[in-house]
Amino acid sequence: MTNIIEIKGLSKSYLNKKALNNLDLNIEKGKVVGILGPNGSGKTTLIKIITGILRQSKGEILIDGSKPGVYTKSIVSYLPDRNFLYKWMTVEDSIKFYKDFYKDFDESKAYELLKFMKLDRKAKVESLSKGMNEKLNLTLVLSRNAKIYILDEPIAGVDPVARDQILDAIIKNYNRESTMIITTHLVRDMENIFDDVVFLREGVVELSGNAEELREERSMQIDDLYKEIFG
Amino acid sequence: MIFKDNLPIYIQIMNIIKKRIVSGNLKEGEKLPSVRELSTELKVNPNTIQRSYQELERENLVFTQRGMGTFITEDKEIIKELKRDMASSIINNFIENMKSLGFTSQDIIELVNNEVKEVK
Repeated sequence: MTNIIEIKGLSKSYLNKKALNNLDLNIEKGKVVGILGPNGSGKTTLIKIITGILRQSKGEILIDGSKPGVYTKSIVSYLPDRNFLYKWMTVEDSIKFYKDFYKDFDESKAYELLKFMKLDRKAKVESLSKGMNEKLNLTLVLSRNAKIYILDEPIAGVDPVARDQILDAIIKNYNRESTMIITTHLVRDMENIFDDVVFLREGVVELSGNAEELREERSMQIDDLYKEIFG
Repeated sequence: MIFKDNLPIYIQIMNIIKKRIVSGNLKEGEKLPSVRELSTELKVNPNTIQRSYQELERENLVFTQRGMGTFITEDKEIIKELKRDMASSIINNFIENMKSLGFTSQDIIELVNNEVKEVK
């Protein structure tokens, strides 16, 4: 198996608080990886370093063999944990906006996903509910032909119907050529779509492995394991 | 779908399919849904479904035809054997539970006999 992401001794400090503390982690190509941990465990910091938004204080990170920069940004499609579209836009505008921004954006895939998500292309972004907004953002992010998709809390705060549509879209979009990294604390709702899971605690990897092997070894579902580790 | 047993998900999916075979919901020679279809239906990682199908194939309960999909075995003997296996695992489980409550074999047989008569 080839690693698409290799992280060695990664640390990140904010003034005197350590968000990541000498973290080692490899992520294999073609996997759906769940990064699990409570608030403040370092999930978002880790993701911001992978996406090139933040720089580490120490340590090394290679994404498809390169340090975070122009190349890695071109192969990583990132769903932040908050809305990133302008209010004046319509759904259609947001698609054009993305198309202008990213060479790997697949417009026909975007319209297909919009239909699947039951989103009106003429609707104004500011009129969308939280669930619809999340679905639109996800549509844009998944419509890039990226090597790595990073979804930060993709189902937080959405209703069960929207949640199922989001899970469906993630599963439908899965292919062996790309890797998906998903952070969540809604473990029960998402654990079935992970190949591998990584438990983060106070900036270090507490436990990681193949989800099915962990279920077999520990005789419990990942959600129960999560509660055991963090409870 | 939420899986609750303390088993890996691929085994739980195998058990769902086995139940469908034994109960006749899935007939001999019938085509199983594709990995993609079942994956979206159950909202489970496609690799997990793939694993379930591979293990079922190893147990000779299904076979794959290249480019066509995965099918339930046409061998009636194998299905009969699966039926027997599932029955005996339910019964063994039951007996174990009863014995842990202090019932003797004789008690168990009598109780079951009475219950079965009532159901009739």
